[in-house]
Amino acid sequence: MPQFAVELRDVVKRFPGPSGEEVYAVKHVSLQIHDGEFFSLLGPSGCGKTTSLRMIAGFELPTTGAVMIHDRHMGETPPFQRPVNTVFQNYALFPHMTVGENVAFGLEMKRVPKTDIAPRVTEALRMVRLPGMEKRKPKQLSGGQQQRIALARALINRPEVLLLDEPLGALDLKLRKEMQLELKTLQREVGITFIYVTHDQEEALTMSDRIAVMSGGEVLQVGGAADIYERPNCRFVADFIGETNFLRGTVKEQKGKTTVVEVDGGITVRAESENSLAHGQSVTIAVRPEKIHLRPTSGAANAFAGRVEDLVYIGTDTHYGVRFAGDHRVRVREQNTDSASTPLARVGDEVTVSFAEAAARVLVE
Amino acid sequence: MSNRRSLWITLASLLVYVFLYAPIVVLVVFAFNSSKTNVIFEGVVNKGPCGPFYWFCVLFKNGEVLSAARNTMTIAIVSTVASTIIGTMAALALQRYAFPAKTFSEVSLYIPIVIPEIVMGIGILVLFSALFRWLNSAFGLQGDDRLALGLGTVIVSHIAFSIPFVALVVRARLHGFDKAIEEAAMDLGADEWVTFWRVTLPIIAPGVLSGGLLAFTLSLDDFVITFFTNGPGSTTLPIYVYGLLRRIITPEVNALSTVWIFTVLAALAISQRVQREA
Ligand SMILES: Nc1ncnc2c1ncn2[C@@H]1O[C@H](COP(=O)(O)OP(=O)(O)OP(=O)(O)O)[C@@H](O)[C@H]1O
Ligand SMILES: [Mg+2]
Repeated sequence: MPQFAVELRDVVKRFPGPSGEEVYAVKHVSLQIHDGEFFSLLGPSGCGKTTSLRMIAGFELPTTGAVMIHDRHMGETPPFQRPVNTVFQNYALFPHMTVGENVAFGLEMKRVPKTDIAPRVTEALRMVRLPGMEKRKPKQLSGGQQQRIALARALINRPEVLLLDEPLGALDLKLRKEMQLELKTLQREVGITFIYVTHDQEEALTMSDRIAVMSGGEVLQVGGAADIYERPNCRFVADFIGETNFLRGTVKEQKGKTTVVEVDGGITVRAESENSLAHGQSVTIAVRPEKIHLRPTSGAANAFAGRVEDLVYIGTDTHYGVRFAGDHRVRVREQNTDSASTPLARVGDEVTVSFAEAAARVLVE
Repeated sequence: MSNRRSLWITLASLLVYVFLYAPIVVLVVFAFNSSKTNVIFEGVVNKGPCGPFYWFCVLFKNGEVLSAARNTMTIAIVSTVASTIIGTMAALALQRYAFPAKTFSEVSLYIPIVIPEIVMGIGILVLFSALFRWLNSAFGLQGDDRLALGLGTVIVSHIAFSIPFVALVVRARLHGFDKAIEEAAMDLGADEWVTFWRVTLPIIAPGVLSGGLLAFTLSLDDFVITFFTNGPGSTTLPIYVYGLLRRIITPEVNALSTVWIFTVLAALAISQRVQREA
């Protein structure tokens, strides 16, 4: 039984740059992706997500390092001999073939008998909820339908791993949300390992079992949605996933996880850190807006007097901008529960900003 | 105001059409002339079993015409097939590969299009003469074995001048070709060869067809380069007609031109049809 569906071992990819120099697209990436997992590569534009995916598919070869699929070293195996299939961002359907011919293409290449192909095409189209579309040309389908055909064309081959490069990027928001859920359901049904590239953090959080956050060609953190959201390991991850308040300071003392940080401006914040930190080390504290409250709460290790500077009502929540301890500004998100039909505070009100020790994460640069 | 302008535009376009098509109409009409000198129209000919098509019958009994027509078609077909294949490959290579001196090879490929044809013709003639003289003496070829100008040299020169046109047309079609489509084919298990035949070629086929058609028509009516590179027994229709003109112009020439025009029109119609279906 192979250990991993896909493993990247210290993979580096360099491209020749415009003026002869070498550009790193991927720098020393190591990843282990389990069987049946929905794994996302998440990161901003140009961080090397597509390049990583293309190295798994075989469209690019690593400059150094190894790509393993089910413990088989891929080496220079060409794309058409790898047990993976890809769903491309712009679908890349064959424009001169019908939907049926598109979906059948992979099986035809594998020399599956014609009599077996037809029922499997029917089945694949049913699976993506587009039964009976065999005779249409790709041009006659909407973007969402083309996306599903691309999915059917890949899944019909029962690949060991399905690679998806921003497959929903070209769809409008509503359709994208629908397709996210559909993809997730489909993945559970077929049980195939999905490696999903996206720059949309919400999409990654919604769908993935695990996420690798990438930046500048490197993987910064790998973990489940909650891991990454609740316990970001660096400022970039905390900032990229959701909204975060940052407070800079130096470590004063540490007892177990509890870390006391002297924040510039003369306040002390109690925060959590798994790492052991040196006295006087400069760190950043990250606190999510929804974990800060505008009233003193019992057991909150941190409470500071502040003043509301601005307020945005967005239906489910109200967002407050609060200034405290001199020059610090935080964003606070309070849910509009039915008891609070009037806002908790108005602009200019004096408030108490409070948050628990566990809500504050110490990040080392 | 706008009515006046549209009247002028209509008039101008009408004139353009008259200019373009009047000579052709006259040419076709004179193919039915009963006057042998063919200077003025003296009524529709009606001679022999062919009636008004008398000159066409004369034409089809003329051995020189038939052999010139055969040469023309042979040259056109062979050079079209070869230049279409080579031109398409050149376009594909320029599209997808980065190689040293790429810009240079790209520009140099298109230079023959802008160079005056007569210069090309002389150049090719000089090249062939020098090459043949050297080969003939190097291998001691005598008499009929000697390499000389003929069908072969015409075909080679037609291939050469058609390649840039084919490459240009195919490149236009390749512009905006989504490379991901080929990658999708490879991803689904097709190797490079299968991908080319099943995916790339069908998608660029209209461009290849247009390029081929262009090469075909260029070859059919080429005079200048053929004039320099043909030899005994490789006379083409344009060369033959030019020879006739120096004697007398009988309606036979018109009949020949008429057949020619309709052949080309038929080829054009077929290719349009094929392209629309693709
Ligand atoms: N074929 C190539 N030649 C040169 N540089 C390349 C090539 N492919 C990618 N790069 C560079 O490598 C870096 C990573 O590119 P990549 O396409 O992997 O990013 P990405 O994370 O997929 O971004 P996006 O979200 O915009 O698709 C970029 O800086 C890009 O310019
Ligand atoms: Mg990308």
